[in-house]
Amino acid sequence: MASPQEKQYLFDKPHNVNRLLRGFYLICAILLILDFVLHRHVIHSWENIPSFYAIFGFIACVLLVLIAKEMRKVVMRKEDYYDVDD
Amino acid sequence: MWMTELPAFVPFYLAAVLVLLTRGWVRNLILLATPVVAGLHLWLDVDPGLSITLPLSNLELILYRTDRLSLLFGYLFHIAAFIAVIFALHVRDTTQQVVGMLYAGSAIGAVFAGDLLTLFFFWELLAITSVFFIWARHSDRSLRAGIRYLLFQVTSGMLLLAGTLIIYNQTNSLAFEHIGLNGIGSWLIFLAFGIKCAFPFLHNWLTDAYPEATPTGTVFLSAFTTKVAVYALARGFAGTEILVYIGAVMTCFPIFYAVIENDLRRVLAYSMINQVGFMVCGIGIGTALAMNGAVAHAFTDVIFKGLLFMSMGAVLYRTGNMNGSDLGGLYKSMPKTALLCIVGAASISAFPLFSGFVSKSMVMAAMLAEGYNTIWLMLLFASAGVFHHAGIKIPYFAFFAHDSGIRTQEAPWNMLLAMTIAAVLCILIGSQPQYLYSLLPWEMDYWPYDMTHVLAQMQLLFFSALAFVWLNKQGLYPPELHSVNLDAEWLYRKLLPISSHALLRQLNQIGDKVRLGKSMLLQHSRQQFGRFPLTDYHLAASWPTGSMVLWIAILLGGFLLLDSLG
Repeated sequence: MASPQEKQYLFDKPHNVNRLLRGFYLICAILLILDFVLHRHVIHSWENIPSFYAIFGFIACVLLVLIAKEMRKVVMRKEDYYDVDD
Repeated sequence: MWMTELPAFVPFYLAAVLVLLTRGWVRNLILLATPVVAGLHLWLDVDPGLSITLPLSNLELILYRTDRLSLLFGYLFHIAAFIAVIFALHVRDTTQQVVGMLYAGSAIGAVFAGDLLTLFFFWELLAITSVFFIWARHSDRSLRAGIRYLLFQVTSGMLLLAGTLIIYNQTNSLAFEHIGLNGIGSWLIFLAFGIKCAFPFLHNWLTDAYPEATPTGTVFLSAFTTKVAVYALARGFAGTEILVYIGAVMTCFPIFYAVIENDLRRVLAYSMINQVGFMVCGIGIGTALAMNGAVAHAFTDVIFKGLLFMSMGAVLYRTGNMNGSDLGGLYKSMPKTALLCIVGAASISAFPLFSGFVSKSMVMAAMLAEGYNTIWLMLLFASAGVFHHAGIKIPYFAFFAHDSGIRTQEAPWNMLLAMTIAAVLCILIGSQPQYLYSLLPWEMDYWPYDMTHVLAQMQLLFFSALAFVWLNKQGLYPPELHSVNLDAEWLYRKLLPISSHALLRQLNQIGDKVRLGKSMLLQHSRQQFGRFPLTDYHLAASWPTGSMVLWIAILLGGFLLLDSLG
């Protein structure tokens, strides 16, 4: 168990977490800009949309999580659901 | 080395016997040496085109058939067995050690089987040997899960046998070549492969049983069974279009479950169905690029999924817990395991320079080239989803997230070594794909690293991660909860027992009513009979059967007496 005098680890300091997140946002921004600088080959018509993959990735994941969350209302049961007989 | 004519499964079966007879370091040496020596032999001495037959009355079984497809899976299974053996080196359980050799040997036997009957033989052995990894946990839960697992696996074997016999009856040949969907026999075999491949609605044996196995057992399980099925599909049903749609469903539906699942090894089991979905899609397309993509993805998947299962196995081994809700902050005590897990996560997410990138992209490219635009979008959605649930969720909830306060030790050296080998392979294959590509069975001209592809993939992944960060900051991300989620297994784990109980109750009630009616009828007729005037007569009374027998005996005795006197 964690003791109170335990040493501080890397992500115990909010400062480090913020630094990591800032780096991450920066990379995201660079990737967005690169889409306008570099030319992508296009096969699927949707790929013509600027930053298609970035938009698709973001929306896909938000939808995935929100739908999964709604799914819980229907499919979630107690942990011992299959262990008890009705 | 030994002669080439020795089928590749033999060393593993021999090793299983030797493991049983030895103890201590000798046993460990046998366990380690078998995949290495047998693997080197396969790599150096065995060429495509070999065929060893075994005459069996009027049948001729092809025990050992090598070509580029079977050899690729052969190499893969030797590597997987070696890594899994190292990971399990600390285990002192004879059953698991013997079964490990038999299971790996059966998988190798199955991919080199040249006819359907030999395939069936190893197919069943895969089932029977692997279940001991689940039972080795010695809990009531694992016992039941193991029985359910075995039921599915044996059913798959029975379907394969039935299909084989029908095909033999029609064609007079047992050869395991392209089958294609024509006729009932081929459908039965398709279904048999489908069960082991975890097709939708037939998939729950995987998510049910794998998380119940021992920490080391799941590593073995994840490597062989589904990949043998992928091999069998690739050989028998390449270009069968329905597989494209089945595969697309397999890539999409499990990721929703993976997001809300609490048991992290069950998350990986769902993620496994999703990865097999990509392979099934590739086989369904059937072009050289797609087929290479499917088998290359099987190759990389065994290693990175093995790595992820190993990292979770190490966590389970050290903490005794596998629930996302109870873990977190483990990077403090298991930093090396955390780092190796992240390598596995990056590989499964198909980050450039990691192995998933060079294999999955072939299936994606083939999908677009063949004009499956909508299915391609589904796979793209699934690719983003993989990163979300396997790439981020697994390492995040186990090693980071909120600090659970659990302080433990780093994983044992053998586990770290096994994970390191897998991680090195992930990066090596990802950054130097030409070596894997040179082993692929079909001719193709493909190179994954071009600017478009790298940029597209980086955007997809980074913005998927951005969605995770955003949802977390907004408090929209569903928390990990102690729960189970209903899936197709509900049909046989809940509906079937409930409805059969209800049916039995109904039948019992009907039976009671019939019995009641019968006794009422008897009583009634007795009453009617009682009103009849002759009932007062002495002989009309109810006589016991015994008295009649007695009187007959006396009568017969009388005759006998008369006869002897006369």
